[in-house]
Amino acid sequence: MTAANAYRMAIDIGGTFTDTVLVHGGSIRATAKTPTTPDKPVFGALTGARDVLKSAGIDWGDVTGFIHGTTLATNALIERRGAKVATITTSGFRDILEIGYERRYSQYAINIEKPDLIVPRQSAFTIKGRMNASGQELTPLDVSTVDGLVRNLEDGGFEALAICLLHSYANPDHERQLVALLQARLPHLVMSQSHEISPEAREFDRLCTTIANAYIQPLMAGYLSDFKARFEAEGLKCPILMMTASGGMTTVETARRLPVRLVESGPAGGAVLAARIAREVNMPEVLSFDMGGTTAKLCLIDDFRPRMARKFEIARTERFIKGSGMPVRIPVVEMIEIGAGGGSIATIDRLGRLRVGPQSAGADPGPAAFNKGGTDPTVTDADVSQGLIDPARFAEGRLSIDPAVAEHALDKSIGPALSLDASHTARGISEIVDENMASAARMHAVESGKDLSNRLMIAFGGNGPLHATRVARRAQISRILVPRDPGVGSAVGFLSAPVSFEIVRSHYIILDKLNIADINRFFRGMVDKAQTVVRSGASDGKANENRIAFMRYHGQGHEIEIELPPRDLISSDIENLKQAFEREYTRQFSRAIPDMKIEILNWSLSISIPIHMDSVTDNILDVEHGAPAETRKILCDVTGHWRSVPVLDRQSLLPDTEIQGPALITEPQSTTFVSADFSAKIDQHGNIWLTQIPKGAT
Amino acid sequence: MIPNTRLQVIWDRLLAVVEEQGQALMRAAFSPIVRECGDISAGIFDAKGRMLAQAVTGTPGHINTMAMAVETLRNHFPICDMRPGDIYVTNDPWIASGHLNDFLLMMPVFHDDRLIGCTSCTSHLVDMGGLGMGPDGTDIFDEGLLIPPCKLLDGGKLNTLLMDIVRSNSREPIANEGDIFALIACCETGADRLCQMMREFELTDLDEIATYIIETSRRGTISAIAELPKGIWHNSLKVDGYDTPLELNATLTIADDHLLVDFDGTAPCITKGINVPLNYATAYTVFALRCIIGPDIPNNAGSLEPFRVIGPTGCILNAQHPAPVAMRHTLGQMTPDLVYGCLAQALPGQVPAEGASCMYDLPLRHSPGAEDRNETLFALELVFNGGTGARPTLDGLSATAFPSGVWGSQVETTEAVAPVLIHRRELRMDSGGPGRQRGGLGQRIEMSASEDQDLQLFLSVERIETPAKGRDGAGDGAAGRIQLAENGTDLPGKGTFIIKAGDRLIFETPGGGGFGPASERDRGRLESDIDAGLVSVDAARNHYGQTS
Repeated sequence: MTAANAYRMAIDIGGTFTDTVLVHGGSIRATAKTPTTPDKPVFGALTGARDVLKSAGIDWGDVTGFIHGTTLATNALIERRGAKVATITTSGFRDILEIGYERRYSQYAINIEKPDLIVPRQSAFTIKGRMNASGQELTPLDVSTVDGLVRNLEDGGFEALAICLLHSYANPDHERQLVALLQARLPHLVMSQSHEISPEAREFDRLCTTIANAYIQPLMAGYLSDFKARFEAEGLKCPILMMTASGGMTTVETARRLPVRLVESGPAGGAVLAARIAREVNMPEVLSFDMGGTTAKLCLIDDFRPRMARKFEIARTERFIKGSGMPVRIPVVEMIEIGAGGGSIATIDRLGRLRVGPQSAGADPGPAAFNKGGTDPTVTDADVSQGLIDPARFAEGRLSIDPAVAEHALDKSIGPALSLDASHTARGISEIVDENMASAARMHAVESGKDLSNRLMIAFGGNGPLHATRVARRAQISRILVPRDPGVGSAVGFLSAPVSFEIVRSHYIILDKLNIADINRFFRGMVDKAQTVVRSGASDGKANENRIAFMRYHGQGHEIEIELPPRDLISSDIENLKQAFEREYTRQFSRAIPDMKIEILNWSLSISIPIHMDSVTDNILDVEHGAPAETRKILCDVTGHWRSVPVLDRQSLLPDTEIQGPALITEPQSTTFVSADFSAKIDQHGNIWLTQIPKGAT
Repeated sequence: MIPNTRLQVIWDRLLAVVEEQGQALMRAAFSPIVRECGDISAGIFDAKGRMLAQAVTGTPGHINTMAMAVETLRNHFPICDMRPGDIYVTNDPWIASGHLNDFLLMMPVFHDDRLIGCTSCTSHLVDMGGLGMGPDGTDIFDEGLLIPPCKLLDGGKLNTLLMDIVRSNSREPIANEGDIFALIACCETGADRLCQMMREFELTDLDEIATYIIETSRRGTISAIAELPKGIWHNSLKVDGYDTPLELNATLTIADDHLLVDFDGTAPCITKGINVPLNYATAYTVFALRCIIGPDIPNNAGSLEPFRVIGPTGCILNAQHPAPVAMRHTLGQMTPDLVYGCLAQALPGQVPAEGASCMYDLPLRHSPGAEDRNETLFALELVFNGGTGARPTLDGLSATAFPSGVWGSQVETTEAVAPVLIHRRELRMDSGGPGRQRGGLGQRIEMSASEDQDLQLFLSVERIETPAKGRDGAGDGAAGRIQLAENGTDLPGKGTFIIKAGDRLIFETPGGGGFGPASERDRGRLESDIDAGLVSVDAARNHYGQTS
């Protein structure tokens, strides 16, 4: 257990910036935003670490916790910078990858190309041997063909191998046997076995996940060793823990073996932060809303936990279209990412309709208002033209904002097509992009069987607090919280992640015929495995065990998560499970279906050891109170008329301050827009609460 | 008047609402084809019954069938009799979607006590009695229960007699009931969201937004049509039929402001259930055209109106009651190839070659009397696909659904839930039609019972006798082939068969046709195909003129 007075450091290496945060006890002592050094990302991280140590006036000896997250794994997959991979699948099934789900990802697009799944057919090998769905061996592994495979693997110059044999989630013997035989002959070939990477039924998903792991394994193993060596040489004394996609932390050793679990760990940090704030303010149901420069990420939080998924897609051909990427089946914080950010570009389609995104002006050249050569009108340009961004205070003055250039961009390409002036064009762009985000949130809630309207929105990211009221209103959400330091949410989130490991594994049963002894043995196997991983990252502390059965009616597709007791099952549990399932089914679909068989294919186990941490929002920094409020003219999003509104410095707002919208609250990396139909209140932690005023109340 | 940008936001919202409706339906659905393939439809209509938005779902079989169905229902029931909480239903193939399994619901939506429009949805139910999902009924009465348009909910009260009738006439009463509840939830979700939207944007009716959506879409569609050459083109497509080949004919007229497809000359209906009601043939025909003409314009009354489809009464693409129609998708899914044959003449170099087109579904069940023999009882609806036709600038897609959007099955989950064992599932070498662009490859599946029992198989597939033709001088794709391993006999594409315990079914799906002369194929890509085992050295020599 980490002592409350220890120093802990988190480093989040993103595509553009590396964020470093140092906390002491419950409070942030220092932060640094340094440019990412793409050739050798560890250099940027070292710079950030030295910066925060220096400004806190401590040395490595004082640092007792170190958490690292990186986009390197994600980027290696997107940019195709991984190893040369071969696959071995069961004989007769060479084309699992080519055939996939036999589906086009876009209904009307005749000229689509299928996603590139890394391994061409030339590199796909097979071996005889067969298990059935319950894990019984039907045909032994044909070891006589191993010689030929060894030759193929040598001749092809492969650097990594992904092995995925049918039903290995039920019985991994053939995969293990094959690996043992190959390792003896090819000791330098890195091998990923599907039953270890993703022990779930569905051969296409499991193979893709195994390939993704194999593909980045040599690169990540090298990176992690180097990272560790350099930080140790620098003076780091404590172990390094790695942030994973599921919002937990794991050891460097596990990360080296299962690097695919590091993919998308950065955004997960944001969700972890939102979940922790949810607990601090005792709001169990939350929509986390993280809007940056290129995309917006949405995550549902229930019972103070980010909603988890077992599958996501990487490297999509069309970034925001489902099915256009490579499926990866690992435990992951479920995020919806849409192409809506400050840099999203507005265009007119052939029906004369205004569209926003998913194309983005990115950071370079960026929105037209940045005056760095961008000419396309963007969401940020629209915000500037509505007066919502104060040029003098934007990004602490590090970026200059030119409202005239923003207006020119709007007038040039969009305004004339809609017969609108620049400010109303700007308002139209906001309405469209805010509607896009609200739709994505509503859609995600429906897909998850959840309701949005009673949720608290926690808004962060560079543009989250600016668009929060406008998106919330459209999503029927009436309360919003903007945390302190909304611009560095992910890295702060890392510091509250537990040490954890989760396994999802397939084992098909009909609930009425559940063999209790079998399932207990099945779970004990998973517990042992997860314990080993977790204990190597946190040797003491009480472990929380969470068991879930993914239950469904026989013949129905939608699975419902039902929590199991964290112990061996006994026969009387079966009836309880059935009742729990029917209760939850009724909640989601209004009616249960009597007499329908209930089946379970997938089970999950997670073990986590929470990191003790005082609220980082506990102490308010010294404030310069009483700074006179400035005013600005903004285009009101409610009435559509220009009006003068106060501009307040967030640092100067004391707890219990109440502000009636419209108003702007500014801070170094973002602006909170209090719309006319919202009021703002500061709580004792320094959070801003925005509450919609019921219609007719004003 | 509503400002223009606000109208656009409301349109976006309506499109989001229908997608939400669709999701609500798919989540709760029982029928595997709904869940795996999104064989559903959801839409919103204005008070005049004009479709304003339709969800983009997995299969095109409901495109504008729903639009026409809602019109029919509205003519059937006077508006003044409609009350909040009413929902109407029918599965009449000639009103809903071409066969009895497809249920269509329509719910009038009231806002401030005024009827402002309606929501509607369609979904495929597992079993409606009769002979079941197969081509062997000789009339519609053999195919199961037909429910004429009637009230399913009356002021929120469920028509329990109707539900009893549906349950009593099905082998899958529980699943059917679940699917009907899913449809009700879908209509209600749409209605709720629509009213919410009316409040949020302070609307009292949908008139202005309806006019905006329909007129904008119509204008966009007509301007896309304006870019096409004008004229009349004809195409004829030979298909396997049930036991004797049939000819489908189409004449495409491209006029200034509309397209007309006429199936005149198409063979008459037969006494097997592969006849196609015109609403369903229209859905696939219009889908195919819209893939090429204005694919980015959403489906609604305005964008669909310029696409008109007719056919002589009683031809197999305009089947009349009481013709059997259970497997109407078998030929319905061939209509894109039929109409592309016309369009390719108008737009050379822009239209793909013929593909496998008809999905190769493989419905399997325990054999009759299995219960008495203590065998495992099961029903599986596996779907496998062949290759798509080569595109003008791209190869065809191997083992990929088109025009339907069905998902293929996974071997591991299939074997977990049913007593079958799949021995092989691989691409068929040389099955893609040779061409400058190669057709997509079909696949070969081998399977048997995993236990000591017979399996019953229901076939209704095409392209066993008539392979997918190449375009512009390219070669044809390989025909489909279905065999039983034990005695090596070929099975016809349609009918009911038994796979004996221990015997193996060999199921080979067709390849797509090529595009452009094979001699013009890029040599590097040919080499790569040979290297990958997609094209054999022999075929490279014989079809592509490869010399080395």
